[in-house]
Amino acid sequence: MGKVVLKVGDDVSTDIIYPGRFMATVLPTETPQYAFVDNADFNKKLKANEVPKGSFIIAGQNFGCGSSREQAASCLHGWGLTIVAKHFARIFLQNSINLGLPMLICPTIEADEGDEMEVKGETIRNVTKGKEFAIQPLPKARQAIIDAGGLVPYTRALLIKQAGK
Amino acid sequence: MGMTYVQKVIARACGKPAVAVGDVVEPEVHLAMSHENGALVLNQFNEIYKGTGIEAKIWNPDRIAIILDHRVPAESSKTATNQKKLRDLVAKQKIGKFHDIRGDEGGICHQILPEYGYVRPGYVVVGTDSHTTSHGALGAFAFGIGATEMASVWTLGRILNVEVPGTIKVVVNGKFPAHVGPKDLILHLIGKLTAEGANFRVLEFHGDTIRTMSTSGRLVICNMSVEAGATSGIVPADEETLRYLKTEAGVTEKIDVFGADPDAVYEQTIEIDVSKLAPQIACPHTVDNVKTVDQVAGIKVDQIVIGSCTNGRLDDLETAARTLKGKKVARGTRMLIFPASWRIYREALKRGYLADLAEAGAVVCNPGCGPCLGVHQGALGDQEVALATTNRNFKGRMGNPNAEVYLCSPDVAAASAIVGVIADPRNGGR
Ligand code: SF4
Repeated sequence: MGKVVLKVGDDVSTDIIYPGRFMATVLPTETPQYAFVDNADFNKKLKANEVPKGSFIIAGQNFGCGSSREQAASCLHGWGLTIVAKHFARIFLQNSINLGLPMLICPTIEADEGDEMEVKGETIRNVTKGKEFAIQPLPKARQAIIDAGGLVPYTRALLIKQAGK
Repeated sequence: MGMTYVQKVIARACGKPAVAVGDVVEPEVHLAMSHENGALVLNQFNEIYKGTGIEAKIWNPDRIAIILDHRVPAESSKTATNQKKLRDLVAKQKIGKFHDIRGDEGGICHQILPEYGYVRPGYVVVGTDSHTTSHGALGAFAFGIGATEMASVWTLGRILNVEVPGTIKVVVNGKFPAHVGPKDLILHLIGKLTAEGANFRVLEFHGDTIRTMSTSGRLVICNMSVEAGATSGIVPADEETLRYLKTEAGVTEKIDVFGADPDAVYEQTIEIDVSKLAPQIACPHTVDNVKTVDQVAGIKVDQIVIGSCTNGRLDDLETAARTLKGKKVARGTRMLIFPASWRIYREALKRGYLADLAEAGAVVCNPGCGPCLGVHQGALGDQEVALATTNRNFKGRMGNPNAEVYLCSPDVAAASAIVGVIADPRNGGR
């Protein structure tokens, strides 16, 4: 269970999620401070720890379009957010999978800020509105990376296998 | 069933006779490029090796390119330290293709890779930069990835879990009218497809207009394919590709040229006739918000930028110099020129373009990304308007979320500089 803390429209770019002017900051431990930094209200809430882990961002189509900067995924991951979008831009989707940022593809999602949401298997339930929406499952190969805990452990396992250790 | 160009490239890189759309494969990587964000790749690379007891070694240092371009010379101590880490990495891992901040061989990654002949037809090229799509101009399957994914490539030499993308065939015919060119074509196409119209797909370019287009023009259209969401834009290699690689990039080895199968299956075919195309402008704040120049002519512009990996090549600077020679940049408008590489810079210097531009009032900056991503040069003030030959106009892109960026061709940018408002070059800049 978690609340929708931010609702955004279509084509939200990585320049909105994590502006280019902070790109010299790279470590996942340091990027969260700049998440949605130009949305001063929301960024302030994050930094004041007013957004509990497990909260949701609801987005339209093509969330995360633009730059390949991984900071856009790591900064959201740092706050324990889950992103639900109608669909995601390719590189952002892959970055999220690689880092373990939970994101749910849900083409029919309906939710507003403040709504209570609950994820159950392949559906997401808007408790406030009393409606359920189907989540599109990820291709198996991508799910395997998530199940491994992200691409770092996934690659590490392959590396160890390759080295015959 | 025949294969599209990208299917053929992937099949070869997987050592398989064929791959089908949707197959999940692990192709070998021929070239892996990073810029300053290589510092994050390095961090993730070390994470992968942590606790394994295995010595952290890049699988093949000759296939790694590191190009410092995004914030050059460094704008802050933080950036300088990241750049220093990369120099140490290059020395330690003996990375072959390193371009430091230097006037002889520096420049923007997407210009350096083709210019130095690092990209070949049939290559699988990955880069920690979304505009890695550029290299499809030379017949490679080239796409952007994140830093962790790159760390995985550095470790294993292949890219994991690539889904073979479907292909949209784009057939372009007709002769460009005067003052209209590749930038207008790609802006028009993005407007048609929308910012997500080609998500998870490849754009494969065909037609007479493409066949007669220079590699410089092909780089423009492949560079911006990602703005329609495409994984990659590809121009199958041909005579022009060979000419470019041999005479401009100095490649001497044999180059393998192949095409898509004649019976390849495309998801969709888009036909474009450019003979009546008008100059196109992408309006704030999305690249697919495309209008023709007459619809926005007259809008006051505070800053004009000619440069970037999209339009900072010699032909672009030539257009600008020709238009501005003996004229002046309008008072109240700043004009910034960012050549895409130092090789281009030096050639433009020799040919007198840079002097013509400076005499007109333009500021010629050092090659690099500069204002394109708004980190350290040419940031915009509140409520200012920029007109740029770059490839993105997202809110905040030029360093300020309270400013607006319009995208256009060098032709439109140069004509507009003289009058200080968005102008149609076909009307002699009125
Ligand atoms: S010039 Fe702009 S788009 Fe090109 S690589 Fe640099 S920042 Fe990216």
